[in-house]
Amino acid sequence: MEAFTTHTGRAVPLRRSNVDTDQIIPAHWLKKVTRDGFEDGLFEAWRKDPRFVLNRPEREGATVLVAGPDFGTGSSREHAVWALQNYGFKTVISSRFADIFRGNSLKNGLLTVVLDQKIVDALWELTEADPTAEITVDLEAREVRADGITASFELDENSRWRLLNGLDDISITLQNEADIAAYEAKRPSFKPRTLTV
Amino acid sequence: MGRTLAEKVWDDHVVRRAEGEPDLLFIDLHLLHEVTSPQAFDGLRKNGRPVRRLDLTIATEDHNTPTLDIDKPIADPVSRVQLETLRENCAEFGVRLHPLGDVEQGVVHVVGPQLGLTQPGMTVVCGDSHTSTHGAFGGLAFGIGTSQVEHVLATQTLPMARPKTMAITVNGELPEGVTAKDLILAIIARIGTGGGQGYVLEYRGEAVEKLSMEARMTICNMSIEAGARAGMIAPDETTFAYLEGRPHAPKGEDWDAAVAYWKTLRSDDDAEFDAEVVIEAAELSPFVTWGTNPGQGAPLSASVPDPASYDDASERLAAEKALEYMGLEAGQELRSINVDTVFVGSCTNGRIEDLRAAADVIKGRKVADGVRMLVVPGSARVGLQAVSEGLDVVFKEAGAEWRHAGCSMCLGMNPDQLAPGERSASTSNRNFEGRQGKGGRTHLVSPQVAAATAVLGHLASPADLAAADARTPAGV
Repeated sequence: MEAFTTHTGRAVPLRRSNVDTDQIIPAHWLKKVTRDGFEDGLFEAWRKDPRFVLNRPEREGATVLVAGPDFGTGSSREHAVWALQNYGFKTVISSRFADIFRGNSLKNGLLTVVLDQKIVDALWELTEADPTAEITVDLEAREVRADGITASFELDENSRWRLLNGLDDISITLQNEADIAAYEAKRPSFKPRTLTV
Repeated sequence: MGRTLAEKVWDDHVVRRAEGEPDLLFIDLHLLHEVTSPQAFDGLRKNGRPVRRLDLTIATEDHNTPTLDIDKPIADPVSRVQLETLRENCAEFGVRLHPLGDVEQGVVHVVGPQLGLTQPGMTVVCGDSHTSTHGAFGGLAFGIGTSQVEHVLATQTLPMARPKTMAITVNGELPEGVTAKDLILAIIARIGTGGGQGYVLEYRGEAVEKLSMEARMTICNMSIEAGARAGMIAPDETTFAYLEGRPHAPKGEDWDAAVAYWKTLRSDDDAEFDAEVVIEAAELSPFVTWGTNPGQGAPLSASVPDPASYDDASERLAAEKALEYMGLEAGQELRSINVDTVFVGSCTNGRIEDLRAAADVIKGRKVADGVRMLVVPGSARVGLQAVSEGLDVVFKEAGAEWRHAGCSMCLGMNPDQLAPGERSASTSNRNFEGRQGKGGRTHLVSPQVAAATAVLGHLASPADLAAADARTPAGV
């Protein structure tokens, strides 16, 4: 996983709530067997409308998505995170994320930042009025900064440490292999098995 | 202080607990399908890691599989590659796979329970958000992303932050004609699509205890639509009776030991939930959605709401956008909404009881002119059972299409899709924009409402069918 320390970039204000993962990446894109090449599928249906914010020339190269509440609801498809990253987003700000999407994002180095809706409103107003306005997301300081706006955000220490260092969960877990083996040795015999081995 | 059911199952699976770290949980069963696994197997290969517990892992093909001509090569080359990739990965790593054409193939959440692999007190994961279905047996079951699929393949564990618990108590008995689907749609409308975020939901109360295992699966299946990763129901005699004799259910002394353990799996009387919701079953009636998220629903007898009636600005905007997308007017009666397509199937309502319920309503009637009805069993076994009961004949005589098993039109990854602007009554779980096909419009309904809607051509309940019969003199 790519490490995340601090990022500064222009924003895309997305004034919609309940943006589900079917909107972020429609199902027909899920037939791909790779982790890349999803950028053209990002918000595919909405991008057919030239007025959609992502299509505006002034938003080209933006890397911070400022979204409405309940972003990433629905399917567990990690492709939603890959699509956002493939397109160029480094971080997503919302007042509320769906649990599975949030977990997926943090495992891929896409920092999802939870801020109060009032701050999200202020970021929308700022970046709609001035498309060149930049937002800084500072994971070390756990702080979001933009012109006239400073807001701290919470992220549990363990997730933060893994993101700052770009650590891979599996190798961390395998350091505790002895604990797993000890647990396996005491599992009851009535638990089902898919194979007889 | 006592513990909740969720806390008991959680505690029984902690491999490692350390200050400042998420708990490391052991996973009892890992279900795989073709869509969310290829990148995970790639990760294993890249790092030279094996699958740690092949005996706790099982795969099937469901999302991409066609429901017609399943003996022929799959027409869509991209779908074909994805299915072939799963077959190659399962062969290379040694994972048990039930491919298209196999008698145990089907929607992963129908296959696990019918094999008896899903049992009380287990942790069950799958790269699919509707894994919450399996919580109906009193286990902790939740959907995971592909990175976590790889993590479970490699370690049989997952680091997880302990969730909060929410009790959803349904008092009294469901009125005649009100189903598990109506109940869960009403619950989601009540608590919202984000209401369950961070929680495990425990459904309890008289109405829940009286539900069959399959109805309980319908309820737990849609927990994710309320934002909860998992939903669960304490196991009881209904659960044990469903499991006994299934291929992977414990046998002999193991059965006795298992049942003794399973009986301990209920929230203690003095357990405290972090949140509680109480529903009065008597107040419920058939429920349908009008919008583009599963929380945007109302009783079938109601009208499309006026967005202006919402106090919350973001809900108002969401309702406005939903009505625009759905092509509906505020104040329009829900019963006046005509549909083009009716879909009966999915991990929510694709089990044998669902097919029986739909068949019971449509038997001896005809699908309305201009309406297409698809009936897709949740698994090949469900399909065989339905055929043995003659349900396929009932559907075909009514003018419906009887298909092979899979996820089908729930998400339209295979050829079963809505055309732009087409409207469906669907027994599936998501009414998101474009979910069933680009520009398609979805109303979520129960199997009974789906069947009645197919006959009348507009959203309707079986009671409406009876009323329509009464208006038409016999012999006319």
